[in-house]
Amino acid sequence: MDAATKKKVSIRINGVEHSHEVEPRLLLVHFLRDVIGLTGTHIGCETSICGACTIMLDNAAVKSCTVLAVQADGADLLTIEGLAQGEKLHPLQEAFWECHGLQCGYCTPGMILCAHQLLLRNPQPAEDEIRHALDGNLCRCTGYQHIVDAVQQAAKRMGQKTKK
Amino acid sequence: MPVSKLVGAKVKRREDPRLIRGLGQYVDDINLPNTLHVAILRSPHAHARIKSIETDAARRHPGVVAVVTGAEIKDQIGTLPTSGGNETLRVPKHYVLAADKVCHVGEGIAAVVAEERYTAPDALDLIRVEYELLPVVSDPEKALAPGSPVIHSEWPDNVAFRSDLKHGNLAKAFKEADKIITQRLVHQRLAPIAIEPRGVLAHYLSSDKELTVWSSTQIPHMLKSHLSQMLKLSEKQVRVIAPEVGGGFGSKLNVYAEEGLLGYLALKLNCPVKWTEGRRENIQATIHGRGQVGDVEAAVKKDGTILGLRYKVIADIGAYHQLFTPAIPPFTGLMLSGCYKIPAISIDLTAAFTNKMSTDAYRGAGRPEATYVIERMVDRIAQELRIDPVKVRKKNFPKPAEFPFKTATGVAYDSGNYQLALNKALKIVGYEKLRRDQKRLRSQRRYLGIGLSTYVEICAMGPKGMWEYGKVEVEPTGKVRVLSGASPHGQGQETSFAQIVADQLGVEMDDITVIHGDTAAVAKGIGTFGSRATAVGGIAIYQAAEKVKEKARELASHFLEVDADDLVFSDGRFSVKGVPKKGLTVQQIAQEAHRAKNLPKKMEPRLSAESTFEPSNFTFPFGTHICVVEVEPQTGKIGIKKYVAVDDCGKVINPLLVDGQIQGGIVQGLGQALYEEVVYDENGQLLTGSLMNYALPRAADLPRLNLTRTETPTPVNPLGIKGIGEAGTIGSTPAVVNAVVDALAPFGVTHIDMPLTPQKIWSLCQETKAAGSGGRR
Repeated sequence: MDAATKKKVSIRINGVEHSHEVEPRLLLVHFLRDVIGLTGTHIGCETSICGACTIMLDNAAVKSCTVLAVQADGADLLTIEGLAQGEKLHPLQEAFWECHGLQCGYCTPGMILCAHQLLLRNPQPAEDEIRHALDGNLCRCTGYQHIVDAVQQAAKRMGQKTKK
Repeated sequence: MPVSKLVGAKVKRREDPRLIRGLGQYVDDINLPNTLHVAILRSPHAHARIKSIETDAARRHPGVVAVVTGAEIKDQIGTLPTSGGNETLRVPKHYVLAADKVCHVGEGIAAVVAEERYTAPDALDLIRVEYELLPVVSDPEKALAPGSPVIHSEWPDNVAFRSDLKHGNLAKAFKEADKIITQRLVHQRLAPIAIEPRGVLAHYLSSDKELTVWSSTQIPHMLKSHLSQMLKLSEKQVRVIAPEVGGGFGSKLNVYAEEGLLGYLALKLNCPVKWTEGRRENIQATIHGRGQVGDVEAAVKKDGTILGLRYKVIADIGAYHQLFTPAIPPFTGLMLSGCYKIPAISIDLTAAFTNKMSTDAYRGAGRPEATYVIERMVDRIAQELRIDPVKVRKKNFPKPAEFPFKTATGVAYDSGNYQLALNKALKIVGYEKLRRDQKRLRSQRRYLGIGLSTYVEICAMGPKGMWEYGKVEVEPTGKVRVLSGASPHGQGQETSFAQIVADQLGVEMDDITVIHGDTAAVAKGIGTFGSRATAVGGIAIYQAAEKVKEKARELASHFLEVDADDLVFSDGRFSVKGVPKKGLTVQQIAQEAHRAKNLPKKMEPRLSAESTFEPSNFTFPFGTHICVVEVEPQTGKIGIKKYVAVDDCGKVINPLLVDGQIQGGIVQGLGQALYEEVVYDENGQLLTGSLMNYALPRAADLPRLNLTRTETPTPVNPLGIKGIGEAGTIGSTPAVVNAVVDALAPFGVTHIDMPLTPQKIWSLCQETKAAGSGGRR
């Protein structure tokens, strides 16, 4: 595609500003993976069913396989790579590790970001609320139980921290 | 936690830190400079002759580097391999791209190689194909009927292979029976749906004449051998790397057209080439599982004793054989006895070609079908004879003292205690009370169902050629490298293998690195499938570690100038009996073994050893799953109230990982029971071609699973471990279906074919209501 039809986008990703000329049809997930080189966001279905590509866009979990990069112009994104603070893991990452909340790891980044949104909105969710919140993210390995355990554990730990 | 007690401990996975940060490298995450992107034109028709292909416009499209068609490359790449099967096996030529005719929707015809990811599919749209449509047969029973269109004209009909095996005196069994119970059972086609679709990146380094193929595969070593044959290279010219692999479930236990094609394109174009499967392609062109339809007859005594079983079954192969296609349905026959003493069993199997994607190994691979047959039949027997299904099961179990138990089908179950697992599950679920609740609720028109499945499975593939390789190397720094020919893709063996070695050598987990999935790093191997990675691959590593320890003992004896028998080993250190201060650690010994200044005569330098392990028999994990459901006849909705599983996989290395395998497995089996089905219409069109219409289990659909274990070690290997990769999937499906059928018994329901969709349940309840309700069907 010639340069004339490309559009300039400026997107803040994990706190860093990025500006690029992109094809209007470029999917946000491909922008993240191929243009920026952040490959932690995965693609599992291209139809927004599986949730492997879930990221946070302006504090809302979205499936980046059905968002165009140009639609995210000016937005503030959080991907799995931006969740930990340096070496310090986010409580959700810690809990997924401790509770064996992942096996092949492919759905994990999307699953963690979806859970992240849940805990922002509902810091102490009940089990059925967790299951409901994760309903748009598919995992074929774990049967979800350890994922639910992980979200519960993270909620508990984060709750204790805020109380202190 | 003392380091010598790692085996059996809940150790957090060492794989996870990279994965939870999004730093795992799956195939599509690997970028080489100047990589070209490949897209594949796939047939929209189930059966058609390719009259012509017009590719000029695609070739001229800006950014397109090459276009190849099946006809052009037919003679340059070998056909896809298959293995297994008997003398009746018919193997149609399976090209990486169809040359003159297509036999299923999704079969590749041509490929575009382009500079950018989006350009390749753009150019696909410019290829014009003229097809001559041929008659289609998508139903396996119709495919075998006289007058059916024949898919492969080399043969007179669509029979892919046949076998008719009879074990024991069937005539006697059926003559002596008080009752003969028959049932037709359908095992629908399933799509494995690993959340990472397949992907291949291939790069040819002309200076070294080496082709490197990164593939999302479970079997890098097997793939390397097959690719070298297909591409007419020597094995040493091909390196296969399975990087992070996002789930397999058998679907990546294969040699796929795209792997051969990308290897060919990398050689031809001398540039890295990448293909990433889309989900639509994945459902069209990655193997499916199951796909059997059969008729069962059970000969039984009034007291529930099973005298004999006949299973006449048609296996739906699809259009071609993939790598293990012919090996899967025979597993069903082998395991038909389930965990029961059945003196006479026959399996009459006909495999049929159909205009669909191939079936092959999907988690369980032939055993879920066997378990479903026998476990559904045991419930049918119980229902017909009005005996509690628990009693029918207990009546026919072999006793613990009868192990090794030889089935009529000719397999020797290594060890087992089926009563123990069943009793434990009954107690946990509160069986007696549930039966009372069921009765009470029925009077309120609420329908509770209790479904049992007492399963046994064959795993740890296996004797006769399915060995595995392991190597343990203590570096002069004291760090340990463990190499395995198994190729884990989520199961967590980087952790469990390290646990085994840490225990053996008394070294810290953190000092151990487990390397797998690269044919250049690991000399040989078979791969991860058939619940074998720990029970076969883990044993190879255990044996290698034993050898290392023995060599270390010899060295310690030499350096300390004491008899080897006078050394005691504890916490990674050999010390002289009675003189604990005099000793050497494994690390110190490794350093000396590397310096090699003062070695015993004829001893080679370095502290390392390798081993291959081939078990003498399979292992036979078993257990009891109980599912409790409530069904709403008004809506057809099935609510799972309780799920209890008692599984026995022998000794456990890491309970956390075992629980994970069981939970995931149960949910996959439950997916078959309730949601999943690959549907083709009569024209061979795939109606469930995306995740929008192929339904998978979701978090909100599921209850909390209550898991526990019994532990009956196998005598087949020194660690007593049986394998756990597939048990959940094998055990759960019949438990769920039995529960729903049990719930609907007041409606006269005796069987429902999977998946048990609300629509199906609702219609069934309506029909029986209309028929006057309550009567047995």
